[in-house]
Amino acid sequence: MNSATQTLDTRVPANPDEPVVVFENVSIAFDQKQVLKNISFKVKPGETRILLGPAGVGKSVLLKLTNGLLKPDEGRIFVFGEEVSAMREEDLFKLRGSIGTVFQEGALFDSLTVRDNVGFRLEEEHVPGDEIDQRVTEALRFVELEHTLTKFPSELSGGMRRRVAIARAIVTNPNLLLYDSPTGGLDPITSTTIIELVVKQRDVYKTSSLLVTHRLQDAFTLASHRFNRETNKMEPLPGDHTDLKTSFLVLFDKKLVFDGSTHDLVHSDDPFIKEYIS
Amino acid sequence: MPFPTVDAAAKKGVNAVQQYALLSGRALANLFRKPFYAADIITQADTIGIGSLPIVILTGFFTGGVLALQTASSLSQFGAAAMTGQLVSLSMIKELGPVLTSLMVSGRNASGMASELGSMMVTEQIDAMRALGTDPLKKLVMPRIVATIFMLFFLTIVSDAVGTLGGAAVSVFMLGQDGSQYFHTAYQSLHYADIIQGLVKPVFFGFIIATIGCYYGMTTRGGTQGVGRSTTQAVVVSSVLIIATDFVISRFMIGIFGR
Repeated sequence: MNSATQTLDTRVPANPDEPVVVFENVSIAFDQKQVLKNISFKVKPGETRILLGPAGVGKSVLLKLTNGLLKPDEGRIFVFGEEVSAMREEDLFKLRGSIGTVFQEGALFDSLTVRDNVGFRLEEEHVPGDEIDQRVTEALRFVELEHTLTKFPSELSGGMRRRVAIARAIVTNPNLLLYDSPTGGLDPITSTTIIELVVKQRDVYKTSSLLVTHRLQDAFTLASHRFNRETNKMEPLPGDHTDLKTSFLVLFDKKLVFDGSTHDLVHSDDPFIKEYIS
Repeated sequence: MPFPTVDAAAKKGVNAVQQYALLSGRALANLFRKPFYAADIITQADTIGIGSLPIVILTGFFTGGVLALQTASSLSQFGAAAMTGQLVSLSMIKELGPVLTSLMVSGRNASGMASELGSMMVTEQIDAMRALGTDPLKKLVMPRIVATIFMLFFLTIVSDAVGTLGGAAVSVFMLGQDGSQYFHTAYQSLHYADIIQGLVKPVFFGFIIATIGCYYGMTTRGGTQGVGRSTTQAVVVSSVLIIATDFVISRFMIGIFGR
């Protein structure tokens, strides 16, 4: 996929010295109901940050703030060094060219085929048709769905739709991936397949990512596994090791109550976290 | 369910008008910004224009017919049955053609736009489009506005023509009037002011249909129930606005042209 996806005009190259995402005291409320309050954290290049928290705590809101789909009431958000919280919508469209987003239910365009869904951004960039076909096929091969090119989303299973959504997010080789509950509502086997793809993207392409989930088993699978390119499969890290580039954020009651490594999370003394991960 | 206070309801109303104005303004401004979605405009023109042709023809024909049928008996009491053609053509071209065509297109397409965009809203497809770097106002709303205005203009002309023919069919075959006299009075009574009045209206009505349909679609909340609510509101509001705007335009045109 790399060779074909290097030349999008909209790509913003990540500076290796600066964080990809920075939240500074971000707060947002809807209809005078506070959802997030004073949220601050960073995502460094190549890092995968797993955002945990109970349902309805504002995890998806935080992702939408990251790519500028929502604006914070207070605080600042930087992505690739640009302040998305202060950017005009027209400028955000360009920046989003280097951010891939996987929505909670996939959010595939139901009137378009899988090929047109995955190649949507390429069509918008006026990439030649042959190149679109090639890059879409490669992205679909990554999620092992290259046989579904001409199908419509309604003809796919829930798990397949999520995989197509991942293919759509990675087709332009973005520098940042946002996953909004990619395994929500899926059975354990399909969830593992999706997590394997996330691990593959993390370990093969080293893409920075922010992943929202409330499924602890998926989060710990991500932290405790690596992708083996020779066997083309995910495998557990030896011993009790965890992936050093994968760390956790925990949201609870409008606030970020944890920001740290897998080890710190497991050994946290915070009563909520203890109860949450038990 | 608590009753909203007067100030809350007023704020909500003002906010809705502001959002509607912003959506319409931004969508129209996108007409002059790249990329220009010509293919999407043609697709929408086909759906809205060609798709609405059968109902517009049927409505126009029978409206012209019933107009001739109802007015001929009244006119004959004054010995003016020969004026049926004039009455039908003036009524169709100045009022009934634009208004009825717009109401039919509103029922068919404002609802279609609201439900299509509303479904996309509640399934996060609109957010997905924005996240993919595409402006939905440019890709989805602008083509619908342009296509509706453009096609409604021509649909109105078709409706006017078919309505006049419907009136002629009734006058000649049911009322036994002279065909050439019908068309002669229909043609002679028309002035440029009448034609202009009849063709200015669909431009405004097309704008109302598309922007109201898209506004309700793009502000849909609350799942499938919300989509249903948006669809209903789009048809009701656009229909009422069409009739109210028709009065304003008619008064304005009479002020300018004196007829």
